Amino acid sequence: MTDQTILGEQLKSKFGDAFISETRDFDFSVYEFNKDDIKEVITYLKNKEGFIYLTTLCGAHFPDNDPSREFSMMYQLHNLVTNARIRLKAFMPKDDMNMKTIVDIFDAANWMEREAFDFYGFKFEGHPKMERILNMEKMNYHPLRKEYPLEDMGRDDKDDKFFGR
Amino acid sequence: MTDDFVKEEKKEYTTLNLGPTHPATHGIFQNILTMDGEIIVDAVPTIGYIHRAFEKLAERRPYNQITPITDRLNYCSSPINNMGWHMTVEKLIGCEIPKRAQYMRVIIMELSRIADHIVCDTVIAVDTGALTGFLYFFQMRELIYEIFEAICGSRLTTNIGRIGGMEREFPQEAWLKLDKFMIEFPKFHAEFGALVNRNRIFMDRTINCGPISADRALAYSFSGPNLRASGVDYDVRIANPYSSYQDFDFNIPIGKAGDVYDRYMVRFDEMMESYKIIRQAIDKMPTGNFHADLPEFYLPPKEDVYNKMEALIYHFKIVMGETDVPKGEVYHSVEAGNGELGYYLISDGGRNPFRLHFRRPCFIFYQAYTEMIKGRMLSDAILTLSSLNVIAGELDA
Repeated sequence: MTDQTILGEQLKSKFGDAFISETRDFDFSVYEFNKDDIKEVITYLKNKEGFIYLTTLCGAHFPDNDPSREFSMMYQLHNLVTNARIRLKAFMPKDDMNMKTIVDIFDAANWMEREAFDFYGFKFEGHPKMERILNMEKMNYHPLRKEYPLEDMGRDDKDDKFFGR
Repeated sequence: MTDDFVKEEKKEYTTLNLGPTHPATHGIFQNILTMDGEIIVDAVPTIGYIHRAFEKLAERRPYNQITPITDRLNYCSSPINNMGWHMTVEKLIGCEIPKRAQYMRVIIMELSRIADHIVCDTVIAVDTGALTGFLYFFQMRELIYEIFEAICGSRLTTNIGRIGGMEREFPQEAWLKLDKFMIEFPKFHAEFGALVNRNRIFMDRTINCGPISADRALAYSFSGPNLRASGVDYDVRIANPYSSYQDFDFNIPIGKAGDVYDRYMVRFDEMMESYKIIRQAIDKMPTGNFHADLPEFYLPPKEDVYNKMEALIYHFKIVMGETDVPKGEVYHSVEAGNGELGYYLISDGGRNPFRLHFRRPCFIFYQAYTEMIKGRMLSDAILTLSSLNVIAGELDA
């Protein structure tokens, strides 16, 4: 069990190049990792540091970022004993959104990863059932990406330019 | 069929379609069951029937217009969702709200927790055949809804509170109704308990029905009463106190086996703990303002809008969504009726969130349902579903 203030140092020395940065966002310590190594990090945190609870995971799309950092995947882990909470992040380009699944570490990740696939198009290698979960199977795009507007693109009767939209 | 399901040779299975609409599922859930006689050997759940794209909707709405969306997550306890959202935004803009507003919020949140647990517990009783308790105890839920009505004008999807505090003081009528509730609730609670808790039929039916161990519950990221029924005392109100929960003295009831009976009992006991919190909040209610001084987010009184220039400007800015918020990423979670309801908000400084993700407890623990009902009877599956208290609105967001 490691004190949270030195957890970052420890992860940095352990994972070397995979560790990209450490920041503090409100009450969370945020660690950014290389996307291919994040599964190793989560395994280590669960087995050695007591982060046995996966709070949530979700994706996000940043179209204005550098193309190599267009999509992000976020994991939040919780150590129920010390009540420490951390957030892990990985950025990736649009044409390489393959990640390793963590279903074998946390069963709860199953549907959450399917949701991330459904809405953003992340692919999780080794996932038992990589299918859409909330949207219908016939859908051929990933609706939470920023290029898809909320309303039907074919409509021209709504002009929101006066309201800052 | 799920991937790990191996069909036995020379055995005939029946495929049974449970849902999407079925009176016993209390919501729109589809489960395609593979049955060996009365025994479920496999189940494939399909979800998404009332998916309303809340996360996408939220990206186009100003912060104050997202509150009505949160109403529709777990609609059995909307006020908790509203408060969770207000607190998320308050955390982002770094606003400290007055103690009085926090205590008012605590009263509302605990009332809605009681309402949520009343629904779940009485429905478990209904599914085991006891309709009386349901009709009897729902009078208390009705009274709670009348209190909400007096406070904010609506009953189910409340849109209660504002960013920065409450929209107004509790009116006299609300206090009177609250007093009535404080007098009557223990009686109703005890009577319902006497009717059901040690009832032989109820116990035979629910004990050892749909159990889940603490390890499995944690692996599936259970939270709330369902996790506590398995014996893990994780409660967000204790772990990360918000809205002055550290001021109150209350217990966290836990179960042991994680079966339907334990889930029922945890909720039953939690209602009384919530009652205790409300009692303390009423007794210790501080004086002061019911909202923070937060002109950029909190709508000024209508009187001022007509007579003061600043108020008019702020009113215009809020209504037109012109207020700027700090950039950043914030996660805030509250203990909702079903567990840890989290809001993960990425703000880019604009009028609406850049990304808003809801951590919905139902969505996360409904995954375990297949595992919980495998090898059990169909009638137990119905009971397990109602004891998990899966709310379709929260499941599908």
